[in-house]
Amino acid sequence: MKPRIWLKPTAHVILLIGSIIMLFPFIWSVCTSLKNVNEVFTYPPRFFGEELKFTNYTNMTDRFPIIRFFFNTLKITVIVVVFQLITSSMAGYVFARLRFRFREGLFGLYLATLMVPAQVTMIPTFLLMKYYGLLDSHWSLILPSLVSAFGTFLLRQFFSTIPEALEEAAKIDGCTPFGIYWRIFVPLSKPALATLGIFIMLGTWNDFVNPLVFINSMSKMTLTLGLANMQGLYSTDWPALMAATVITVLPILIVFLSAQDIFVRGVTLSGLKEG
Amino acid sequence: MMKSIKPLLYKDGLWAFLMLLPNLIGFLMFLLLPVLATFVISFSSWNLTDSFDFNGIDNYKELFKDPVFIQVMGNTLYFTAASVPIGIAVSLLLAVFLNQKLRFIRFYRAAFFIPVISSMVAVSVIWQWIYNPEYGLLNYALSWFGIDGPAWLTDPNWAMPTVIITSIWKSLGFNMLIFLAGLQSISDSYYEAADIEGANWYAKFRHITLPLLSPTTFFVTVMSIINSFQVFDTVYLMTQGGPARSTSVLVYYIFQNAFQYFRMGYASAMAYVLFFIVLIITFIQFWRQKKWSIY
Repeated sequence: MKPRIWLKPTAHVILLIGSIIMLFPFIWSVCTSLKNVNEVFTYPPRFFGEELKFTNYTNMTDRFPIIRFFFNTLKITVIVVVFQLITSSMAGYVFARLRFRFREGLFGLYLATLMVPAQVTMIPTFLLMKYYGLLDSHWSLILPSLVSAFGTFLLRQFFSTIPEALEEAAKIDGCTPFGIYWRIFVPLSKPALATLGIFIMLGTWNDFVNPLVFINSMSKMTLTLGLANMQGLYSTDWPALMAATVITVLPILIVFLSAQDIFVRGVTLSGLKEG
Repeated sequence: MMKSIKPLLYKDGLWAFLMLLPNLIGFLMFLLLPVLATFVISFSSWNLTDSFDFNGIDNYKELFKDPVFIQVMGNTLYFTAASVPIGIAVSLLLAVFLNQKLRFIRFYRAAFFIPVISSMVAVSVIWQWIYNPEYGLLNYALSWFGIDGPAWLTDPNWAMPTVIITSIWKSLGFNMLIFLAGLQSISDSYYEAADIEGANWYAKFRHITLPLLSPTTFFVTVMSIINSFQVFDTVYLMTQGGPARSTSVLVYYIFQNAFQYFRMGYASAMAYVLFFIVLIITFIQFWRQKKWSIY
Protein backbone atom coordinates (compact mmCIF):
# COMPACT_ATOMS: atom_id res chain seq x y z
CA MET A 1 0.00 0.00 0.00
CA LYS A 2 1.21 3.41 -0.94
CA PRO A 3 0.73 5.96 1.78
CA ARG A 4 -1.54 8.64 0.41
CA ILE A 5 0.24 11.53 2.04
CA TRP A 6 -0.58 13.81 -0.89
CA LEU A 7 -4.33 13.43 -0.62
CA LYS A 8 -5.05 15.55 2.43
CA PRO A 9 -2.83 18.49 1.42
CA THR A 10 -4.40 18.46 -2.06
CA ALA A 11 -7.83 18.45 -0.48
CA HIS A 12 -6.90 21.40 1.72
CA VAL A 13 -5.50 23.39 -1.18
CA ILE A 14 -8.55 22.79 -3.38
CA LEU A 15 -11.05 23.45 -0.61
CA LEU A 16 -9.21 26.59 0.44
CA ILE A 17 -9.25 27.96 -3.12
CA GLY A 18 -12.93 27.02 -3.33
CA SER A 19 -13.68 28.74 -0.03
CA ILE A 20 -11.98 31.91 -1.25
CA ILE A 21 -14.08 31.86 -4.43
CA MET A 22 -17.18 31.41 -2.27
CA LEU A 23 -16.37 34.07 0.30
CA PHE A 24 -14.50 36.66 -1.73
CA PRO A 25 -17.58 38.32 -3.27
CA PHE A 26 -18.95 38.93 0.23
CA ILE A 27 -15.65 40.30 1.51
CA TRP A 28 -15.41 42.53 -1.54
CA SER A 29 -18.93 43.74 -0.88
CA VAL A 30 -18.08 44.70 2.71
CA CYS A 31 -14.92 46.50 1.50
CA THR A 32 -16.85 48.39 -1.18
CA SER A 33 -19.51 49.38 1.34
CA LEU A 34 -16.85 51.21 3.37
CA LYS A 35 -15.39 53.25 0.50
CA ASN A 36 -16.02 56.75 -0.72
CA VAL A 37 -18.15 56.80 -3.91
CA ASN A 38 -15.35 58.09 -6.15
CA GLU A 39 -12.81 55.64 -4.70
CA VAL A 40 -14.88 52.81 -6.13
CA PHE A 41 -13.82 53.70 -9.64
CA THR A 42 -10.09 53.87 -9.01
CA TYR A 43 -7.97 51.65 -11.17
CA PRO A 44 -6.39 49.31 -10.16
CA PRO A 45 -9.04 48.41 -7.57
CA ARG A 46 -7.99 48.44 -3.92
CA PHE A 47 -9.42 46.73 -0.92
CA PHE A 48 -9.76 49.81 1.23
CA GLY A 49 -10.24 53.50 0.56
CA GLU A 50 -8.47 56.38 2.28
CA GLU A 51 -10.70 55.97 5.30
CA LEU A 52 -13.39 53.52 6.37
CA LYS A 53 -16.63 55.32 5.67
CA PHE A 54 -19.10 53.80 8.06
CA THR A 55 -21.26 56.80 7.26
CA ASN A 56 -22.33 54.99 4.06
CA TYR A 57 -24.56 52.92 6.28
CA THR A 58 -26.12 55.84 8.10
CA ASN A 59 -26.42 58.01 4.96
CA MET A 60 -28.19 55.23 3.15
CA THR A 61 -30.86 54.94 5.81
CA ASP A 62 -31.60 58.64 5.31
CA ARG A 63 -32.13 58.26 1.60
CA PHE A 64 -33.78 54.90 1.58
CA PRO A 65 -36.24 53.32 4.06
CA ILE A 66 -34.07 50.26 4.59
CA ILE A 67 -34.89 50.10 8.30
CA ARG A 68 -38.53 49.90 7.27
CA PHE A 69 -37.71 47.09 4.80
CA PHE A 70 -35.89 45.27 7.56
CA PHE A 71 -38.82 45.37 9.96
CA ASN A 72 -41.32 44.50 7.20
CA THR A 73 -39.24 41.44 6.37
CA LEU A 74 -38.82 40.53 10.02
CA LYS A 75 -42.55 40.82 10.70
CA ILE A 76 -43.55 38.71 7.71
CA THR A 77 -40.87 36.09 8.40
CA VAL A 78 -41.79 35.68 12.08
CA ILE A 79 -45.52 35.34 11.33
CA VAL A 80 -44.97 32.87 8.50
CA VAL A 81 -42.52 30.70 10.47
CA VAL A 82 -44.73 30.51 13.57
CA PHE A 83 -47.99 29.81 11.76
CA GLN A 84 -46.53 27.42 9.20
CA LEU A 85 -45.00 25.40 12.02
CA ILE A 86 -48.35 25.29 13.83
CA THR A 87 -50.44 24.32 10.78
CA SER A 88 -47.85 21.83 9.53
CA SER A 89 -47.34 20.10 12.85
CA MET A 90 -51.05 19.82 13.65
CA ALA A 91 -51.89 18.44 10.23
CA GLY A 92 -48.77 16.26 10.30
CA TYR A 93 -49.96 14.76 13.58
CA VAL A 94 -53.48 14.21 12.21
CA PHE A 95 -52.14 12.41 9.13
CA ALA A 96 -49.67 10.35 11.17
CA ARG A 97 -51.94 9.25 14.01
CA LEU A 98 -55.67 9.97 13.78
CA ARG A 99 -57.99 7.66 11.92
CA PHE A 100 -60.73 9.13 9.74
CA ARG A 101 -62.31 8.62 6.35
CA PHE A 102 -60.48 9.89 3.28
CA ARG A 103 -57.23 10.19 5.24
CA GLU A 104 -55.11 8.40 2.65
CA GLY A 105 -56.80 10.19 -0.24
CA LEU A 106 -56.36 13.61 1.33
CA PHE A 107 -52.73 12.95 2.18
CA GLY A 108 -52.22 11.77 -1.39
CA LEU A 109 -53.50 15.15 -2.59
CA TYR A 110 -50.98 16.92 -0.36
CA LEU A 111 -48.22 14.72 -1.76
CA ALA A 112 -49.32 15.42 -5.32
CA THR A 113 -49.04 19.18 -4.82
CA LEU A 114 -45.42 18.80 -3.69
CA MET A 115 -44.35 18.64 -7.32
CA VAL A 116 -46.36 21.67 -8.43
CA PRO A 117 -44.01 24.51 -9.40
CA ALA A 118 -44.79 27.78 -7.60
CA GLN A 119 -45.45 29.48 -10.94
CA VAL A 120 -48.55 27.34 -11.43
CA THR A 121 -50.37 28.76 -8.40
CA MET A 122 -49.15 32.32 -8.74
CA ILE A 123 -51.69 33.68 -11.25
CA PRO A 124 -54.85 32.57 -9.38
CA THR A 125 -53.31 33.72 -6.09
CA PHE A 126 -52.68 37.12 -7.67
CA LEU A 127 -56.29 37.26 -8.89
CA LEU A 128 -57.59 36.24 -5.48
CA MET A 129 -55.59 38.98 -3.76
CA LYS A 130 -56.74 41.50 -6.35
CA TYR A 131 -60.38 40.46 -5.84
CA TYR A 132 -60.16 40.91 -2.07
CA GLY A 133 -58.20 44.16 -2.36
CA LEU A 134 -55.15 42.65 -0.66
CA LEU A 135 -52.61 43.50 -3.36
CA ASP A 136 -49.84 45.75 -2.09
CA SER A 137 -50.41 44.61 1.48
CA HIS A 138 -48.43 42.23 3.62
CA TRP A 139 -51.44 39.91 3.73
CA SER A 140 -50.69 38.94 0.13
CA LEU A 141 -47.28 37.68 1.26
CA ILE A 142 -48.41 36.14 4.55
CA LEU A 143 -51.69 34.36 3.74
CA PRO A 144 -50.45 32.01 0.97
CA SER A 145 -47.46 31.01 3.11
CA LEU A 146 -49.32 30.03 6.28
CA VAL A 147 -49.67 26.47 5.01
CA SER A 148 -47.21 24.31 3.13
CA ALA A 149 -47.66 20.83 1.75
CA PHE A 150 -43.93 20.23 2.18
CA GLY A 151 -43.96 21.11 5.90
CA THR A 152 -47.02 18.96 6.48
CA PHE A 153 -45.39 16.06 4.68
CA LEU A 154 -42.07 16.43 6.49
CA LEU A 155 -43.61 16.49 9.97
CA ARG A 156 -46.05 13.68 9.15
CA GLN A 157 -43.04 11.55 8.20
CA PHE A 158 -41.24 12.52 11.39
CA PHE A 159 -44.25 11.90 13.65
CA SER A 160 -44.71 8.45 12.08
CA THR A 161 -41.34 7.43 13.50
CA ILE A 162 -42.36 8.20 17.10
CA PRO A 163 -43.24 4.90 18.84
CA GLU A 164 -46.94 4.48 19.61
CA ALA A 165 -46.12 3.17 23.07
CA LEU A 166 -45.33 6.71 24.17
CA GLU A 167 -48.92 7.85 23.80
CA GLU A 168 -50.66 4.71 25.12
CA ALA A 169 -50.52 5.84 28.75
CA ALA A 170 -51.80 9.30 27.87
CA LYS A 171 -54.68 7.75 25.91
CA ILE A 172 -55.69 5.58 28.83
CA ASP A 173 -55.64 8.61 31.11
CA GLY A 174 -58.18 10.16 28.76
CA CYS A 175 -55.90 12.68 27.12
CA THR A 176 -57.45 14.19 23.98
CA PRO A 177 -55.68 13.91 20.61
CA PHE A 178 -54.82 17.60 20.85
CA GLY A 179 -53.38 17.01 24.30
CA ILE A 180 -51.25 14.16 22.99
CA TYR A 181 -50.07 16.33 20.11
CA TRP A 182 -49.23 19.25 22.38
CA ARG A 183 -47.73 17.42 25.37
CA ILE A 184 -46.00 14.47 23.66
CA PHE A 185 -45.42 15.08 19.95
CA VAL A 186 -44.40 18.72 19.99
CA PRO A 187 -41.80 18.36 22.79
CA LEU A 188 -40.37 15.22 21.17
CA SER A 189 -39.96 16.82 17.77
CA LYS A 190 -38.19 20.05 18.70
CA PRO A 191 -35.18 19.24 16.46
CA ALA A 192 -37.43 18.51 13.48
CA LEU A 193 -39.43 21.69 14.13
CA ALA A 194 -36.21 23.72 14.40
CA THR A 195 -34.97 22.32 11.09
CA LEU A 196 -38.24 23.03 9.30
CA GLY A 197 -38.48 26.45 10.96
CA ILE A 198 -35.05 27.46 9.73
CA PHE A 199 -35.87 26.48 6.18
CA ILE A 200 -39.17 28.38 6.26
CA MET A 201 -37.29 31.38 7.62
CA LEU A 202 -34.69 31.19 4.87
CA GLY A 203 -37.32 30.90 2.14
CA THR A 204 -39.40 33.79 3.48
CA TRP A 205 -36.53 36.16 4.22
CA ASN A 206 -34.94 35.64 0.80
CA ASP A 207 -38.18 35.45 -1.19
CA PHE A 208 -38.04 37.81 -4.13
CA VAL A 209 -40.67 36.79 -6.65
CA ASN A 210 -43.70 37.10 -4.35
CA PRO A 211 -42.88 40.62 -3.15
CA LEU A 212 -42.14 41.50 -6.79
CA VAL A 213 -45.60 40.37 -7.89
CA PHE A 214 -47.65 41.54 -4.92
CA ILE A 215 -46.01 44.70 -3.51
CA ASN A 216 -45.77 48.15 -5.11
CA SER A 217 -45.41 50.79 -2.39
CA MET A 218 -41.98 51.56 -1.11
CA SER A 219 -43.25 51.53 2.50
CA LYS A 220 -44.43 47.90 2.18
CA MET A 221 -41.37 46.41 0.50
CA THR A 222 -39.21 43.67 1.94
CA LEU A 223 -35.42 43.82 1.97
CA THR A 224 -35.00 41.83 -1.22
CA LEU A 225 -37.48 43.86 -3.27
CA GLY A 226 -36.24 47.09 -1.70
CA LEU A 227 -32.65 46.28 -2.58
CA ALA A 228 -33.60 45.42 -6.16
CA ASN A 229 -35.44 48.74 -6.40
CA MET A 230 -32.59 50.63 -4.88
CA GLN A 231 -30.32 49.21 -7.56
CA GLY A 232 -32.62 50.69 -10.18
CA LEU A 233 -32.45 54.12 -8.54
CA TYR A 234 -28.79 54.35 -7.55
CA SER A 235 -27.19 52.06 -10.09
CA THR A 236 -23.69 53.53 -9.73
CA ASP A 237 -23.63 54.30 -6.01
CA TRP A 238 -21.89 51.02 -5.31
CA PRO A 239 -20.91 51.78 -1.69
CA ALA A 240 -24.56 52.46 -0.76
CA LEU A 241 -25.74 49.40 -2.69
CA MET A 242 -23.15 47.21 -1.01
CA ALA A 243 -24.08 48.58 2.42
CA ALA A 244 -27.70 47.59 1.70
CA THR A 245 -26.51 44.18 0.53
CA VAL A 246 -24.58 43.66 3.76
CA ILE A 247 -27.66 44.59 5.79
CA THR A 248 -29.77 42.10 3.79
CA VAL A 249 -27.38 39.19 4.17
CA LEU A 250 -26.10 39.79 7.70
CA PRO A 251 -29.14 38.64 9.76
CA ILE A 252 -29.35 35.34 7.88
CA LEU A 253 -25.59 34.90 8.14
CA ILE A 254 -25.72 35.34 11.92
CA VAL A 255 -28.54 32.79 12.22
CA PHE A 256 -26.62 30.40 9.98
CA LEU A 257 -23.33 30.67 11.85
CA SER A 258 -25.03 30.17 15.20
CA ALA A 259 -27.10 27.20 14.02
CA GLN A 260 -24.87 25.64 11.36
CA ASP A 261 -25.60 22.09 12.49
CA ILE A 262 -29.36 22.52 12.16
CA PHE A 263 -28.89 23.76 8.58
CA VAL A 264 -26.61 20.87 7.72
CA ARG A 265 -28.96 18.33 9.27
CA GLY A 266 -31.86 19.76 7.29
CA VAL A 267 -30.01 19.53 3.98
CA THR A 268 -28.70 16.03 4.58
CA LEU A 269 -32.14 14.85 5.70
CA SER A 270 -33.71 16.00 2.46
CA GLY A 271 -30.96 14.25 0.50
CA LEU A 272 -30.87 10.95 2.31
CA LYS A 273 -34.62 10.55 2.55
CA GLU A 274 -35.05 10.69 -1.20
CA GLY A 275 -31.79 9.10 -2.21
CA MET B 1 -57.49 -2.10 27.49
CA MET B 2 -58.83 -1.92 23.94
CA LYS B 3 -62.22 -0.94 25.31
CA SER B 4 -60.87 2.17 26.97
CA ILE B 5 -59.19 3.31 23.77
CA LYS B 6 -62.02 2.59 21.38
CA PRO B 7 -64.40 5.40 22.35
CA LEU B 8 -61.53 7.79 21.86
CA LEU B 9 -60.87 6.44 18.40
CA TYR B 10 -64.45 7.19 17.43
CA LYS B 11 -63.89 10.78 18.44
CA ASP B 12 -60.79 10.90 16.20
CA GLY B 13 -62.86 12.11 13.28
CA LEU B 14 -63.93 15.30 15.04
CA TRP B 15 -60.44 15.99 16.38
CA ALA B 16 -58.91 15.28 13.01
CA PHE B 17 -61.29 17.75 11.40
CA LEU B 18 -60.61 20.48 13.98
CA MET B 19 -56.84 20.11 13.93
CA LEU B 20 -56.67 19.80 10.17
CA LEU B 21 -59.01 22.72 9.44
CA PRO B 22 -56.53 25.65 9.41
CA ASN B 23 -54.14 23.68 7.23
CA LEU B 24 -56.92 22.47 4.96
CA ILE B 25 -58.30 25.98 4.35
CA GLY B 26 -54.85 27.23 3.32
CA PHE B 27 -54.22 24.11 1.24
CA LEU B 28 -57.48 24.49 -0.68
CA MET B 29 -57.28 28.28 -1.13
CA PHE B 30 -53.65 28.64 -2.08
CA LEU B 31 -52.61 25.28 -3.52
CA LEU B 32 -55.35 23.00 -4.79
CA LEU B 33 -57.82 25.55 -6.17
CA PRO B 34 -55.10 27.69 -7.81
CA VAL B 35 -53.69 24.59 -9.53
CA LEU B 36 -57.12 23.84 -10.98
CA ALA B 37 -57.87 27.52 -11.72
CA THR B 38 -54.66 27.93 -13.72
CA PHE B 39 -55.70 24.91 -15.78
CA VAL B 40 -59.10 26.50 -16.53
CA ILE B 41 -57.59 29.93 -17.27
CA SER B 42 -55.13 28.31 -19.69
CA PHE B 43 -58.07 27.65 -22.03
CA SER B 44 -59.12 31.30 -22.10
CA SER B 45 -57.98 34.51 -23.73
CA TRP B 46 -58.37 36.43 -20.48
CA ASN B 47 -56.31 39.60 -20.08
CA LEU B 48 -57.87 40.97 -16.83
CA THR B 49 -59.75 43.80 -18.59
CA ASP B 50 -61.97 42.09 -21.20
CA SER B 51 -64.62 39.54 -20.33
CA PHE B 52 -63.54 35.99 -19.62
CA ASP B 53 -63.81 34.00 -22.88
CA PHE B 54 -62.75 30.44 -23.48
CA ASN B 55 -60.72 29.90 -26.62
CA GLY B 56 -60.18 26.16 -26.49
CA ILE B 57 -56.61 25.06 -26.99
CA ASP B 58 -55.62 28.23 -28.87
CA ASN B 59 -53.05 29.19 -26.22
CA TYR B 60 -51.32 25.84 -26.48
CA LYS B 61 -51.35 26.02 -30.26
CA GLU B 62 -49.95 29.54 -30.14
CA LEU B 63 -47.08 28.38 -27.93
CA PHE B 64 -45.66 26.18 -30.61
CA LYS B 65 -45.83 28.97 -33.17
CA ASP B 66 -44.50 31.68 -30.87
CA PRO B 67 -40.83 32.21 -31.81
CA VAL B 68 -40.16 33.81 -28.42
CA PHE B 69 -41.54 30.77 -26.59
CA ILE B 70 -39.36 28.49 -28.69
CA GLN B 71 -36.38 30.73 -27.95
CA VAL B 72 -37.03 30.78 -24.18
CA MET B 73 -37.42 26.99 -24.15
CA GLY B 74 -34.08 26.75 -25.96
CA ASN B 75 -32.50 29.09 -23.42
CA THR B 76 -33.96 27.10 -20.53
CA LEU B 77 -32.53 23.89 -21.99
CA TYR B 78 -29.17 25.61 -22.52
CA PHE B 79 -29.19 26.77 -18.89
CA THR B 80 -30.11 23.28 -17.65
CA ALA B 81 -27.73 21.37 -19.90
CA ALA B 82 -24.79 23.51 -18.82
CA SER B 83 -25.49 24.22 -15.15
CA VAL B 84 -26.63 20.74 -14.04
CA PRO B 85 -23.66 18.59 -15.17
CA ILE B 86 -21.03 21.18 -14.23
CA GLY B 87 -22.68 21.90 -10.89
CA ILE B 88 -22.89 18.20 -10.07
CA ALA B 89 -19.35 17.37 -11.15
CA VAL B 90 -17.83 20.20 -9.13
CA SER B 91 -19.94 19.62 -6.01
CA LEU B 92 -19.22 15.87 -6.10
CA LEU B 93 -15.50 16.49 -6.41
CA LEU B 94 -15.55 18.94 -3.52
CA ALA B 95 -17.56 16.50 -1.40
CA VAL B 96 -14.99 13.76 -2.08
CA PHE B 97 -12.22 16.07 -0.90
CA LEU B 98 -14.27 17.16 2.09
CA ASN B 99 -14.81 13.52 3.07
CA GLN B 100 -11.14 12.97 4.01
CA LYS B 101 -11.66 13.47 7.75
CA LEU B 102 -10.04 16.85 7.39
CA ARG B 103 -9.47 19.54 9.93
CA PHE B 104 -11.34 22.80 9.43
CA ILE B 105 -14.25 20.88 7.92
CA ARG B 106 -16.71 23.21 9.65
CA PHE B 107 -15.02 26.21 8.08
CA TYR B 108 -15.09 24.76 4.56
CA ARG B 109 -18.66 23.61 4.95
CA ALA B 110 -19.73 27.07 6.15
CA ALA B 111 -17.80 28.83 3.38
CA PHE B 112 -19.51 26.81 0.65
CA PHE B 113 -22.90 27.14 2.28
CA ILE B 114 -22.93 30.93 2.73
CA PRO B 115 -23.88 31.61 -0.93
CA VAL B 116 -26.74 29.11 -0.51
CA ILE B 117 -28.31 30.99 2.38
CA SER B 118 -27.78 34.46 0.94
CA SER B 119 -30.57 36.14 -0.93
CA MET B 120 -30.30 36.00 -4.72
CA VAL B 121 -30.90 39.75 -4.82
CA ALA B 122 -27.87 40.47 -2.65
CA VAL B 123 -25.77 37.95 -4.55
CA SER B 124 -26.73 39.39 -7.92
CA VAL B 125 -25.93 42.95 -6.83
CA ILE B 126 -22.48 41.84 -5.67
CA TRP B 127 -21.75 39.84 -8.81
CA GLN B 128 -22.93 42.62 -11.10
CA TRP B 129 -20.32 44.80 -9.45
CA ILE B 130 -17.65 42.14 -9.95
CA TYR B 131 -18.72 41.55 -13.58
CA ASN B 132 -18.77 45.29 -14.35
CA PRO B 133 -16.78 45.55 -17.62
CA GLU B 134 -15.10 48.89 -16.75
CA TYR B 135 -14.45 48.83 -13.02
CA GLY B 136 -15.23 45.22 -12.13
CA LEU B 137 -12.79 43.07 -10.29
CA LEU B 138 -13.07 40.10 -12.65
CA ASN B 139 -11.82 41.86 -15.75
CA TYR B 140 -9.10 43.48 -13.66
CA ALA B 141 -7.96 40.05 -12.47
CA LEU B 142 -8.03 38.75 -16.05
CA SER B 143 -5.90 41.66 -17.18
CA TRP B 144 -3.05 40.29 -15.05
CA PHE B 145 -2.95 37.39 -17.48
CA GLY B 146 -3.23 39.69 -20.46
CA ILE B 147 -6.82 38.72 -21.08
CA ASP B 148 -9.23 41.40 -22.22
CA GLY B 149 -12.41 40.28 -20.42
CA PRO B 150 -15.77 40.55 -22.20
CA ALA B 151 -18.70 42.74 -21.17
CA TRP B 152 -20.02 39.77 -19.23
CA LEU B 153 -23.69 40.58 -18.74
CA THR B 154 -24.27 42.81 -21.74
CA ASP B 155 -22.66 40.66 -24.42
CA PRO B 156 -25.33 38.38 -25.99
CA ASN B 157 -22.84 35.51 -26.25
CA TRP B 158 -21.52 35.86 -22.71
CA ALA B 159 -24.66 36.78 -20.78
CA MET B 160 -25.98 33.21 -20.46
CA PRO B 161 -22.65 31.63 -19.46
CA THR B 162 -22.28 34.41 -16.87
CA VAL B 163 -25.73 33.71 -15.43
CA ILE B 164 -24.90 29.98 -15.40
CA ILE B 165 -21.61 30.51 -13.56
CA THR B 166 -23.36 32.64 -10.93
CA SER B 167 -26.08 30.01 -10.47
CA ILE B 168 -23.56 27.21 -10.06
CA TRP B 169 -21.59 29.28 -7.57
CA LYS B 170 -24.73 29.89 -5.53
CA SER B 171 -26.04 26.32 -5.34
CA LEU B 172 -22.72 24.45 -5.15
CA GLY B 173 -22.72 24.19 -1.34
CA PHE B 174 -26.18 22.66 -1.18
CA ASN B 175 -25.38 19.81 -3.55
CA MET B 176 -21.99 19.35 -1.92
CA LEU B 177 -23.61 18.76 1.47
CA ILE B 178 -26.00 16.18 0.05
CA PHE B 179 -23.12 14.39 -1.65
CA LEU B 180 -21.11 14.54 1.58
CA ALA B 181 -23.95 12.87 3.48
CA GLY B 182 -24.14 10.22 0.77
CA LEU B 183 -20.39 9.60 0.94
CA GLN B 184 -20.45 9.32 4.71
CA SER B 185 -23.09 6.61 4.49
CA ILE B 186 -20.74 4.38 2.44
CA SER B 187 -19.16 1.85 4.79
CA ASP B 188 -15.39 2.02 5.25
CA SER B 189 -15.17 -1.76 4.86
CA TYR B 190 -15.50 -1.49 1.07
CA TYR B 191 -12.46 0.77 0.92
CA GLU B 192 -10.51 -1.42 3.35
CA ALA B 193 -11.17 -4.45 1.17
CA ALA B 194 -10.04 -2.48 -1.88
CA ASP B 195 -6.89 -1.39 -0.04
CA ILE B 196 -6.01 -5.02 0.61
CA GLU B 197 -6.49 -5.72 -3.10
CA GLY B 198 -4.13 -2.83 -3.78
CA ALA B 199 -6.63 -0.68 -5.63
CA ASN B 200 -5.51 2.86 -6.43
CA TRP B 201 -7.44 6.04 -5.66
CA TYR B 202 -9.09 6.26 -9.07
CA ALA B 203 -10.14 2.60 -9.09
CA LYS B 204 -11.78 3.01 -5.70
CA PHE B 205 -13.59 6.14 -6.81
CA ARG B 206 -14.73 4.53 -10.06
CA HIS B 207 -15.76 1.12 -8.68
CA ILE B 208 -16.87 1.85 -5.11
CA THR B 209 -17.76 5.51 -4.62
CA LEU B 210 -19.60 6.19 -7.86
CA PRO B 211 -21.82 3.06 -7.90
CA LEU B 212 -22.72 3.27 -4.21
CA LEU B 213 -23.37 6.97 -4.50
CA SER B 214 -25.60 6.64 -7.57
CA PRO B 215 -28.94 7.03 -5.71
CA THR B 216 -27.67 10.31 -4.24
CA THR B 217 -26.30 11.44 -7.59
CA PHE B 218 -29.61 10.64 -9.22
CA PHE B 219 -31.53 12.56 -6.56
CA VAL B 220 -29.28 15.60 -6.92
CA THR B 221 -29.57 15.44 -10.71
CA VAL B 222 -33.35 15.32 -10.64
CA MET B 223 -33.65 18.16 -8.14
CA SER B 224 -31.13 20.26 -10.08
CA ILE B 225 -32.97 19.74 -13.35
CA ILE B 226 -36.31 20.68 -11.78
CA ASN B 227 -34.76 23.78 -10.20
CA SER B 228 -33.07 24.76 -13.46
CA PHE B 229 -36.36 24.69 -15.32
CA GLN B 230 -37.71 27.12 -12.74
CA VAL B 231 -34.81 29.58 -12.76
CA PHE B 232 -36.09 33.14 -12.51
CA ASP B 233 -34.53 35.40 -9.85
CA THR B 234 -31.03 35.20 -11.30
CA VAL B 235 -32.16 36.17 -14.77
CA TYR B 236 -34.63 38.84 -13.68
CA LEU B 237 -32.05 40.52 -11.45
CA MET B 238 -28.90 40.23 -13.53
CA THR B 239 -30.02 40.64 -17.13
CA GLN B 240 -33.82 41.17 -17.34
CA GLY B 241 -33.73 38.40 -19.89
CA GLY B 242 -31.43 40.38 -22.17
CA PRO B 243 -29.43 41.27 -24.10
CA ALA B 244 -31.59 40.48 -27.14
CA ARG B 245 -33.53 37.88 -25.10
CA SER B 246 -30.37 35.77 -24.91
CA THR B 247 -31.07 34.94 -21.23
CA SER B 248 -34.89 34.87 -21.35
CA VAL B 249 -35.95 31.63 -19.75
CA LEU B 250 -39.34 29.96 -19.45
CA VAL B 251 -40.37 31.36 -16.05
CA TYR B 252 -39.18 34.83 -17.02
CA TYR B 253 -41.48 34.70 -20.06
CA ILE B 254 -44.36 33.41 -17.90
CA PHE B 255 -43.77 36.33 -15.54
CA GLN B 256 -43.72 38.83 -18.41
CA ASN B 257 -46.93 37.50 -19.93
CA ALA B 258 -48.78 37.34 -16.62
CA PHE B 259 -47.66 40.50 -14.86
CA GLN B 260 -46.42 42.81 -17.58
CA TYR B 261 -48.64 42.01 -20.61
CA PHE B 262 -51.47 40.65 -18.42
CA ARG B 263 -52.05 37.75 -20.82
CA MET B 264 -53.30 35.50 -18.04
CA GLY B 265 -54.57 32.76 -20.35
CA TYR B 266 -51.34 32.49 -22.31
CA ALA B 267 -49.18 32.65 -19.17
CA SER B 268 -51.31 29.92 -17.55
CA ALA B 269 -50.82 27.66 -20.56
CA MET B 270 -47.07 28.13 -20.24
CA ALA B 271 -47.19 27.43 -16.52
CA TYR B 272 -48.88 24.14 -17.35
CA VAL B 273 -46.20 23.26 -19.88
CA LEU B 274 -43.68 23.79 -17.07
CA PHE B 275 -45.81 21.70 -14.71
CA PHE B 276 -45.96 18.92 -17.29
CA ILE B 277 -42.15 18.92 -17.69
CA VAL B 278 -41.63 18.77 -13.90
CA LEU B 279 -44.21 15.98 -13.69
CA ILE B 280 -42.39 13.87 -16.28
CA ILE B 281 -39.05 14.33 -14.51
CA THR B 282 -40.67 13.40 -11.18
CA PHE B 283 -42.22 10.25 -12.64
CA ILE B 284 -38.86 9.20 -14.05
CA GLN B 285 -37.48 9.60 -10.53
CA PHE B 286 -40.24 7.45 -8.98
CA TRP B 287 -39.72 4.79 -11.59
CA ARG B 288 -35.97 4.69 -11.04
CA GLN B 289 -36.36 4.63 -7.26
CA LYS B 290 -38.59 1.56 -7.55
CA LYS B 291 -35.96 -0.18 -9.62
CA TRP B 292 -33.32 0.55 -6.98
CA SER B 293 -35.39 -0.59 -4.05
CA ILE B 294 -35.67 -4.04 -5.66
CA TYR B 295 -32.07 -5.01 -5.16
